[in-house]
Amino acid sequence: MTLLDLQDLHVAIPTERGLLRAVRGVDLRLAAGETLCLVGESGCGKSLTAMTLMGLGPKTAQTRSGRFTLLGQEMAGRGRAAWKTLRGRGLSMIFQDPMTSLNPTLTVGRQLTEGVIHTEGLTRRAAEARAIALLERVGIARAGQRLGQYPHQFSGGQRQRLMIAMALMSEPKFLIADEPTTALDVTIQAQILSLLAGLQRDLGLGLLLITHDLGVVAAIADRVAVMYAGRIVEEGSASRIFRRPAHPYTAGLMAAIPVPGRTPRGTPLPAIPGRVPGLIEPIAGCAFCERCARGETLCAARPPSDVALPDGRVECHFPAVEIVQ
Amino acid sequence: MLVYLLRRLAVALCVCVAVSALSFGLMFVVGDPAVAIAGAGGSARDAEAIRHAYGFDRPYVVQYLGWVGHVLRGDFGQSIYFNMPVTEIVRARLPVTAILGGVSFTLALVVAVPLGIVAARKPGGLTDRLALLLAVTGQAVPSFWLGLMAIVVFGVWHGLVPTSGADTWQGYILPVVVLAYSAMPAMMRITRSGMIEVLGTDYIRSAEAKGLPTWQVIVGHALRNAILPLVSLAALQLGVLLSGSIVIESVFALNGLGRLAWESLLRADLPVVQAVILILSLVYVVLTTAADLVNAWLDPRIRGVR
Repeated sequence: MTLLDLQDLHVAIPTERGLLRAVRGVDLRLAAGETLCLVGESGCGKSLTAMTLMGLGPKTAQTRSGRFTLLGQEMAGRGRAAWKTLRGRGLSMIFQDPMTSLNPTLTVGRQLTEGVIHTEGLTRRAAEARAIALLERVGIARAGQRLGQYPHQFSGGQRQRLMIAMALMSEPKFLIADEPTTALDVTIQAQILSLLAGLQRDLGLGLLLITHDLGVVAAIADRVAVMYAGRIVEEGSASRIFRRPAHPYTAGLMAAIPVPGRTPRGTPLPAIPGRVPGLIEPIAGCAFCERCARGETLCAARPPSDVALPDGRVECHFPAVEIVQ
Repeated sequence: MLVYLLRRLAVALCVCVAVSALSFGLMFVVGDPAVAIAGAGGSARDAEAIRHAYGFDRPYVVQYLGWVGHVLRGDFGQSIYFNMPVTEIVRARLPVTAILGGVSFTLALVVAVPLGIVAARKPGGLTDRLALLLAVTGQAVPSFWLGLMAIVVFGVWHGLVPTSGADTWQGYILPVVVLAYSAMPAMMRITRSGMIEVLGTDYIRSAEAKGLPTWQVIVGHALRNAILPLVSLAALQLGVLLSGSIVIESVFALNGLGRLAWESLLRADLPVVQAVILILSLVYVVLTTAADLVNAWLDPRIRGVR
């Protein structure tokens, strides 16, 4: 079953300096039980894409798209209110910062159970039983007692476990995780990720994981979508993208990952020169053109068209040749 | 929670002692009370006799403790002007101010909170602008003028309500509305700004992500956090309203505490002034303590949950 079939999503946000075209034609597909990682640097539009999928984008955002099927419902052209039938009913999300994502004045038990009490009409007792089971599953000891505690009585890593449990309370089919480890210590990051990967496998979740950490991607992705300046510039299987990136931007990202033992000590890590283009002025050609080693006149003049790959697609006038048949 | 409660009550008790000492000291700051009681025609010997009769020649501490002892038994002494017990005078005036203040406060709160919430949902929207207009008007228009206009329009022209006095409950309508209108804006605006801040937080987004209906997100999640600053402000506002508005009570000819305090000051009727000040200070102590306890109930971090 296809959980998400999204074509040509555009999201623009009015600002004082003009209309910010933050998402400029994104295509995404996700099948049940699949893990798709959306990667890209800060400001490339990946969080905004996720929020739009959740119906929680900025109220002022102007959104349009082609086909937009989410959990079997057609969402194209529908307002934020339409998501009320999806959130907590098959669609769930884990947010970036667990320190601020829990209500400080309500008990953890109330925050875990209130969603399903409303959406499924569960009794408090039944909802608490489910919460206790999930808290134990995400690794919180003495779960029954801890339901009566408040968020500030939990550490950062524990709070992200709470957030994961909270997102899973409604037994979703489609889980969006927006940089779930960014706010955590490195040691905790690994624990949370392996927890997330385990849950995804056990529960057969469709997982859309948004991150800018390529180490994370390598560990748990089935497929990877690389986002740059509001567009998905390359998409393919995780194994291929890491070994043979087709887009120069993807290649630049991969080259910037230090590998212990192979990356020489004391030398600067390779970096992609230049800066992300502003998204207020329309971009005529390829958005990556100015930073690209292969940038030519053609790149600046015409937007690149899709090139099909055996495992996905790439959007480049001059993709890495060896994989294009 | 118990530790927090005890600590707050201990602080409140200390404030009570300090306030009582200050209102007792008032007697002596203003001048020699014996001379004041003797009056303009009294001789030095009269004053001396009064000083001895009232015990003003005893050490201050002894006098203070004696006074506190009487106050605790509800005895504030004799009014110099009315020549009757202060307690009786205050007891006659207190209900008027309590009704006026209590009802005005309730009305102001009942209007301010929903209006603040609705305004915060769409800042800059039509409702928000209208609410702001209402608030600015309430803050800018002096209540004596508004009171007089209300009397002219509703009392004199239309004859809907009595123009003055509190003999019937209808007499309270205009003063309550006018007083509530002066108290409402600050509470509305603090609710609005608190709500705007809270509605932008991550945990509200989490609540929405769970699929909760909007009213449950607003009442169950946002309001509880947004009204924390309102609670403290509301306690002070209620204090102000319960201390009796001299202006409103004068305009509507209501015999409340505010007017009593004002008139007694003019008459140098110090025992009455002393009693009113002490009572009102205690009202503030009770209200601020109550506000702290309400906030502790709302927010586990305040009550020291570890």
